[in-house]
Amino acid sequence: MSTQEPFTIEQFYKFLGQQKLMAGKCLKCGKIHLPPRPLCDNCYSQDFQWVNISGKGKLLTYTVINIAPAQFQSLTPYAVGIVELENGLKIPGMIQGITQEQLKIGMELTLDFGACNTLQQWPQWPRYCFKP
Amino acid sequence: MNGKPLVSIISAGMSKFGKREGLLAREIFSEAAYEAFTRCPKLNPKGDIKAMFIGHMGEAYEHQGHTGSAMADWAGLTGIPATRTEAACASSGAALRSGIYAVLSGLADVVVVGGVEKMTHRTTAEVTEYLAMASDYPFEQWHGITFPGLFALMATAHMHAYGTTEQQIALAAVKNHYHGSLNPKAHMQKEITLETVMASRYVAWPLKLYDCSLITDGASCIILTKPELASKYTDQPVHIVGSGQASDTIGLYERKSFTSLNATTLAAKTAYEMAQVTPQQVDLAEVHDCFTFAELMAYEDLGFCKLGEGGKLIESGETRLGGRIPVNTSGGLKAKGHPVGATGTAQAYEMYLQLTGQAGKRQVKDAKVGLTHNVGGSGATSVVHIYRSAQ
Repeated sequence: MSTQEPFTIEQFYKFLGQQKLMAGKCLKCGKIHLPPRPLCDNCYSQDFQWVNISGKGKLLTYTVINIAPAQFQSLTPYAVGIVELENGLKIPGMIQGITQEQLKIGMELTLDFGACNTLQQWPQWPRYCFKP
Repeated sequence: MNGKPLVSIISAGMSKFGKREGLLAREIFSEAAYEAFTRCPKLNPKGDIKAMFIGHMGEAYEHQGHTGSAMADWAGLTGIPATRTEAACASSGAALRSGIYAVLSGLADVVVVGGVEKMTHRTTAEVTEYLAMASDYPFEQWHGITFPGLFALMATAHMHAYGTTEQQIALAAVKNHYHGSLNPKAHMQKEITLETVMASRYVAWPLKLYDCSLITDGASCIILTKPELASKYTDQPVHIVGSGQASDTIGLYERKSFTSLNATTLAAKTAYEMAQVTPQQVDLAEVHDCFTFAELMAYEDLGFCKLGEGGKLIESGETRLGGRIPVNTSGGLKAKGHPVGATGTAQAYEMYLQLTGQAGKRQVKDAKVGLTHNVGGSGATSVVHIYRSAQ
């Protein structure tokens, strides 16, 4: 086990704040975890290394949210989608800089680190989004 | 159809579903318990009932957790072991499953399983936030994905993969409101037109207001015993012959498919095999239509039609009362209402009424085999049960 940063979601967002999209690669079976997890769900190993993931991907599915919880209400309507990155890794996120009519399954999107930090006790994670 | 009964339902109760102003969850639950007790005069609740499992999703609604013992208390059953089960919208499906474990273990011969939720005193924004708690926090909630949003993501993928249309999806609302109009305990008892659904505003495209189930107050319960003890309490038991429960990743985004719920496929396979029943032998079903689209996906995952053909099945009218396999005769979550913790055992309540010929205007003729399907969250839990009438 290396002495590097822990393979946690907290650490994923710390890297994100440094403009790095990082995943955890299992040193035993090779499975890449995005988000990282401290126990490999495939082989139960606890040994990982950080790998840099490209922010380029394609849109698998999307929706446009009109009714949102209070903290997101001022942003409505906003688009969210699930994006497939390299190695078949998938993450969800908001899609910005695009109209609803332009959204298309299969379109290419790039992760944007344009962090909007929120002023709350927990968690203090940055938010990424996707842009065409 | 030879599956051996696992347990038998000897009674069932359900509160009126709707906006139950001025009542707390425990008071609504006592209404369901009263009906279940009075339907079964041979049962001595205080002496015979040995355990209780209560589905309840959120303590945020009433600042009240620890709901298992609270419901036992208000049902006049203080003293027995009472446990809350939480699996989001499948909380009381999981309570039912837990009750079956309890009876089959031999630790408790007579068990009450039920569920409750009091929701309507909260604003839509609050309910939206509380319901979202059943989805992944660090990637889904954190990035503004709501509960309707998750099912909208699946609907978009299904429309793209199979050509399913917004109109086909909307038909599930029209059908379930028709069924709800025949259920005096349903939250909404008015029929609606396709035009009404299509003209309603978007909540999360492509899902509109009328594609969403209702924010409802309600409670339900059923009473289980060993099949060999059923005749001691009733001449008309309903047997549960198959039980399946399965899980999936908490985040929708990690799944292989967005057009099918693998937890449902797995739970259904287990339940069908246990019951020795095929999907074609099911006479009626209550499926988890938290959103209209979810009903179409359930048809496919439960084997009522092929993958991708849910839209065609709703169009055919075969799932409407009078059709080959009526689905959600109670009105479903869409019209009967969806007090989340109460939904799983409310589905079992409908099945009890149907399979004992007590469903009134919405009675399915010659109903012998029924199925219930209760989904938690965006599909991280699915619970399927198969029922057979005693006749």
